[in-house]
Amino acid sequence: MTATRCPEPTPTHAAASSAGIGASTLRPDGILKVTGEFAYSSDLWHEDMLWGHTLRSPHAHAEIRGIDVTEAVRMPGVHAVLTHDDLPAATHYGLEFADQPVLAKDRVRFHGEPVAFVAADHPETARRAAAKIKVAYAPLPPVTDEASATGPDAVLIHPGRHDHRSDAVPHPNIVHHQPVIRGDDGAWAAAKARADVVVAADYEVGMQDQAFLGPESGLAVPAEDGGIDLYIATQWLHVDRQQLAPVLGLPEEKVRLTLSGVGGAFGAREDMSMQAPACLLAMHTGRPVKMVYNRYESFFGHVHRHPAKLHYEHGATKDGEILYVEYRIVLDGGAYASSSASVVGNAASLGAGPYDIPHVRGEALALYTNNPPCGAMRGFGAVQACFAYEAQLDKLAAKLGMDRVELRRRNAVGEGSLMPTGQEIDQPAPVAELLRRVKALPLPPERDGGWGRAAAGEDVDVRSLPGGLSNTSHGEGIRRGVGYAVGIKNVGYSEGFDDYSTAKVRLEAVAGEPVVLVHTAMAEVGQGGVTVHAQIARTELGVDRVTIHPADTQVGSAGSTSACRQTYMTGGAVKHTCELVREELLRRGRERLAHRHPAWLAGVELVLESGKVCTHDGEPIADLVEVLGEEPIEIEAEFHHRPTEPFHPRTGQGAGHVQYSFCAHRAVVEVDTDLGLVKVVELAAAQDVGKALNPLSVVGQIHGGSTQGLGLALMEEIQVSADGALIRNPSFTDYLIPTILDTPPMPVDILELADGNAPYGLRGVGEAPTLSSTPAVMSAIRDATGLALDRVPLRPEHIAGHVSG
Amino acid sequence: MRVTFTANGREVTADEVWEGESLLYVLRERLGLPGSKNACEQGECGSCTVRLDGVPVCSCLVAAGQAQGREVETVEGLARGEGELAPIQQAFVEAGAVQCGFCTPGLLVAADDLLKHNPQPDDADIREALSGNLCRCTGYEKILDAVRLAAARSAAAGTGGAV
Repeated sequence: MTATRCPEPTPTHAAASSAGIGASTLRPDGILKVTGEFAYSSDLWHEDMLWGHTLRSPHAHAEIRGIDVTEAVRMPGVHAVLTHDDLPAATHYGLEFADQPVLAKDRVRFHGEPVAFVAADHPETARRAAAKIKVAYAPLPPVTDEASATGPDAVLIHPGRHDHRSDAVPHPNIVHHQPVIRGDDGAWAAAKARADVVVAADYEVGMQDQAFLGPESGLAVPAEDGGIDLYIATQWLHVDRQQLAPVLGLPEEKVRLTLSGVGGAFGAREDMSMQAPACLLAMHTGRPVKMVYNRYESFFGHVHRHPAKLHYEHGATKDGEILYVEYRIVLDGGAYASSSASVVGNAASLGAGPYDIPHVRGEALALYTNNPPCGAMRGFGAVQACFAYEAQLDKLAAKLGMDRVELRRRNAVGEGSLMPTGQEIDQPAPVAELLRRVKALPLPPERDGGWGRAAAGEDVDVRSLPGGLSNTSHGEGIRRGVGYAVGIKNVGYSEGFDDYSTAKVRLEAVAGEPVVLVHTAMAEVGQGGVTVHAQIARTELGVDRVTIHPADTQVGSAGSTSACRQTYMTGGAVKHTCELVREELLRRGRERLAHRHPAWLAGVELVLESGKVCTHDGEPIADLVEVLGEEPIEIEAEFHHRPTEPFHPRTGQGAGHVQYSFCAHRAVVEVDTDLGLVKVVELAAAQDVGKALNPLSVVGQIHGGSTQGLGLALMEEIQVSADGALIRNPSFTDYLIPTILDTPPMPVDILELADGNAPYGLRGVGEAPTLSSTPAVMSAIRDATGLALDRVPLRPEHIAGHVSG
Repeated sequence: MRVTFTANGREVTADEVWEGESLLYVLRERLGLPGSKNACEQGECGSCTVRLDGVPVCSCLVAAGQAQGREVETVEGLARGEGELAPIQQAFVEAGAVQCGFCTPGLLVAADDLLKHNPQPDDADIREALSGNLCRCTGYEKILDAVRLAAARSAAAGTGGAV
């Protein structure tokens, strides 16, 4: 590899005694990231490289009658133009269903679907060549919602569909359907009859984008053995390779992936983007090919969070005991399946929320439509439901005349509760305690005397008001509100999937000092896995110097950096493999040094601390380096979580989840009721993390997740035209994410109640805060305005003109 | 065309520059300075922030030709020397203000510029000064911490705005 910039091992050096687990050790890649030297996937460069570009469909649904590449091919500087007919091997790929064409053949199914790939010597040349390709489209009416997808004359998005869900679905335009039923029919009818208070409503969640900052990018380099080396930003190297090898017509061992610097992910890098085109163009031209999406293309180049329509009905006694819940969650999966089926499983199984409700009739389904494909985004099916059930709890409390937090506390699950799937929560589930904690926090002070005096002309810093520097209010019409919400998220892959991870650990003596090399395929996307792996190795092996090998496919799979699972799974794999290394080391010690100290053979526990083998009470009995000798110890091992079960196709019963994670939020807002503008004043969170391996990183995850939830509440939505299924706002000018001015102070309270099943008792943390943040903000606005607010993101017109004096 | 300017105190020249190329593209792809980032390429995210003759700009919105004969300072020019980070860089690392790090170079240039002009900013000043820089990972809390930390250290050291 002669690329000037490619991933290098990351050395870390800190005292094992103070930089093991539980310490806020600083990120080993932090210095490279602040100096600008860290090599992201868009920073790669190779001598003689070409630039790849994708021509995309301007229609959401159309037949392709013909493609003429003549003019594009003739342009100076153009080295390759590929269409469907040029594909060398498999023509389709996908995470769970291989339903997505690498290049469209005779039909395009969404706005932005790839139609041709171009390689040229300058990115602008590639773009201009793509614009010269003439595609004859015959537009078709798009399928855009449940009615057009499942109505009597519905056009099938994938005619002749054959996959592992196709036999069980009620309609071929439904990717997957999952009911969840708790309690028999007689009990259900009795519960409904017993309810003193019933709340029913329809809810809607818009299409959110992950909006990571580092665009899709990478560099494919053809190798001398006929294989390919791909330097890439992804969430899961091995699943990319598994999809890529058949498309390239290569055996997996000839498709070698190395993780490059990743500029955020949040689910958007679970599906492949420029992996196949870069490799195909590189193999076709025999030259390295770099591809970098710009922001416009990025909005078409990855899946989004499923927009959803939800119906909920709760019934309760007049004392606030929730007797039953009924829900129906319709997710729009768009043109291709991606991970829609798993998102359905989450939405269905977590749809009742963190509440112990004896009678449940729930269902979730995902549609095939011609809207943009949707798949993984932080929260994965649990976000949409949490917005709706928490709105329901607010309304139920109002109708009962009960305190909102008290109603939630009263119905909260705890350790030992049964989920609607019948799965017992056999781990701490401190839902009531998390709510108590956020409620007990002091409220941020209000302006002395309220905003009235400011409105009357007193000097005011408009930066603290809704509308901010737009200077839309000096205090007129401002009302404060406080809101609460809590959510439940699963950790790890579910429904019987064994998403194991692998770690290779090498312990050797270098210049008389013990050094550990940790090699995994974990995608570091910003979450800080590299920090934690070094901490784990220090704790388990008692060494100061730990080097993190670049993640690649030369070691076994780490599974995906998603579902809050990497610290649990790859952290677990590093811990497990370190334990095997320690066993081997101690075996050598017993063999070689038993004569030196009785502890070697006494059957007592020996520990590794600060480069020494010690007895349990701290007496050093040998130097680690001496025990190790000349020969390094290198072990590669897998770590598996406890098995889970698929959900029953008709009842949803089954122990489907590995672990649950809980977060509660309290939001304080000020609302300009005249203009419908909202300022979030404070967003406080309390979360149980089991064990914080790196508290600084844990807090960072909670802050980031909370902010993405705030964005969904107030601003973030991919606008898709209702008639044409076209994306209308593919830019950061028109798709807004929270700035530092939109984001309030976020106090975080961390609980550490160990989960006995998990490594160190830890609990995945990244997603739960994204769930409860959105409904907490909406709850606060509900409190300020008295409006129902059944849709996110909120728009000014949902408030302005609707608030009574 | 040929473009010559000063990058981080060193004269640099790029040849065969197409007139449509941005300063960001020339820095990243022609001059080996990829620290400035390409997150939106339309002036919305601030990831490509550099100083042009001392003024922070989005380098994606500056045509390369406009930099001719001028002084450009990028994130690569912030550190004081080999192995010594600028105080704002050190503060970002220590405060946990870096996660994926893609927004970091632009934020560092913007924060450094804030502290040069306002060595002791209050939170409202920091938020206003950094409001043109998007971050998707951190929720900005640790970025605020980092700027406060750098400001407090420069006050303690009596160095004023020289961070």
